Amino acid sequence: MDDIANDPGLVLNAFWVTIQLAVLSGLASLVLGTLLAAMRVGPVAVLARFGTVYVSIVRNTPLLVIFVLVFIAAPTLDLLVKTPFLVKGVIALTIYTSAFVCEAIRAGINSVSLGQAEAARAIGLTFGATMTQVVLPQAFRATVPPLASVLIALAKNTSVAAAFGLAEATARMRGLTNNNADDRWLIFITFAIGYIIIVEIMSAGAISLERRWRVTR
Amino acid sequence: MTEPLVVLDHVDKWFGELHVLQDINMSIARGEVVVVIGPSGSGKSTLCRTINRLETIDKGTITLDGKPLPAEGKALAAHRAEVGMVFQSFNLFAHKTILENVTLGPIKVRGTDKAAAEKQARQLLDRVGVGNQADKYPAQLSGGQQQRVAIARALAMEPKVMLFDEPTSALDPEMIKEVLDVMVDLAQGGMTMVVVTHEMGFARTAADRVVFMADGQVVEENTPDEFFSNAQSGRAQDFLSKILKH
Repeated sequence: MDDIANDPGLVLNAFWVTIQLAVLSGLASLVLGTLLAAMRVGPVAVLARFGTVYVSIVRNTPLLVIFVLVFIAAPTLDLLVKTPFLVKGVIALTIYTSAFVCEAIRAGINSVSLGQAEAARAIGLTFGATMTQVVLPQAFRATVPPLASVLIALAKNTSVAAAFGLAEATARMRGLTNNNADDRWLIFITFAIGYIIIVEIMSAGAISLERRWRVTR
Repeated sequence: MTEPLVVLDHVDKWFGELHVLQDINMSIARGEVVVVIGPSGSGKSTLCRTINRLETIDKGTITLDGKPLPAEGKALAAHRAEVGMVFQSFNLFAHKTILENVTLGPIKVRGTDKAAAEKQARQLLDRVGVGNQADKYPAQLSGGQQQRVAIARALAMEPKVMLFDEPTSALDPEMIKEVLDVMVDLAQGGMTMVVVTHEMGFARTAADRVVFMADGQVVEENTPDEFFSNAQSGRAQDFLSKILKH
């Protein structure tokens, strides 16, 4: 009881790392995932092939294995040796999450009727402009619900980093329960509520985006 | 002036086993209005779409203004900017206002500044009779209005030739006329046009030439008067007897 009750900052600090991991990987995954989706639907066969292979390999690999590759295997190849743990965590989570973002966005792209892209090409827009001006703005609307799920999963997946020396919420929780075994229920519930708050904020964001974009359709 | 604007030379295309375009040869002069008619599945829409390479071809060549169509990339985009296209299903950009639909091409492709693009767009929207709808979204307009916006959007690129792929087939009967009126206006203004349509009235009024297609081939071509009163081929006579009876 003493630790949490006396020092609420302990919990907030723990979640600060979680939030950093989630936000940074989330943004990076959105960018990388969008690029991958554009490759998969684009006219360049090599890139489309690359996107497909990337998604099938990464999606079939457990997140824990990707963490092992980034934190343990990469340094044996002299890669990422001096990279801070937080950045390594972001890299691992981004590699993993971008595959799911890619598929969510591809679903959105497929929901935009082919005629929209044809009309864009017909007025002389290049593939890139067709995507950024016409297809993606419409695709993102259809993408909000699945993308929210992917990002919520990401927020919770940050807990895997606990096993790799990152003092995010789950790692701190484990430390606290070790030192205060009598209070473990209180500690569990406090941290559960922390995750719930993060996820609820994200859900609310998704709902308001959906609502805002629905009006202009 | 004598050099044709669009030339299709021995064009062939297959969809898998289906030979949709069979040795098509056609040349379209500047200012000419060519109406392509024929039963569904005859390849007329495909033919229209090959001219801006929304459909690729397997054999032969297509030239615009003496230059062969580029295969890919920026050159192809530049070619498409020269060729206006109007679709059966309008395909207005659903997330953009009417004005933005018309200005997108000039701004993004031609690099026109926004104010000039909007001024030109408003003039074009006035010309097709939907100037008062500029700030609405496509879904708020009727089909006929949407199609007229689509024509304005194509015209904003100042194309050398306009392609119409069954522009009135998705419209209610009372809206067909408002679209055809705009098209007749364009034709009389000297625009080079390729029009795939079932509107025989438009063909009679505005066409310089009627091309009749069936089963992927150009079966017959003639002036509208000659074609409608005196079709030569059995296939065309059969087609006309079916559509003109009612």
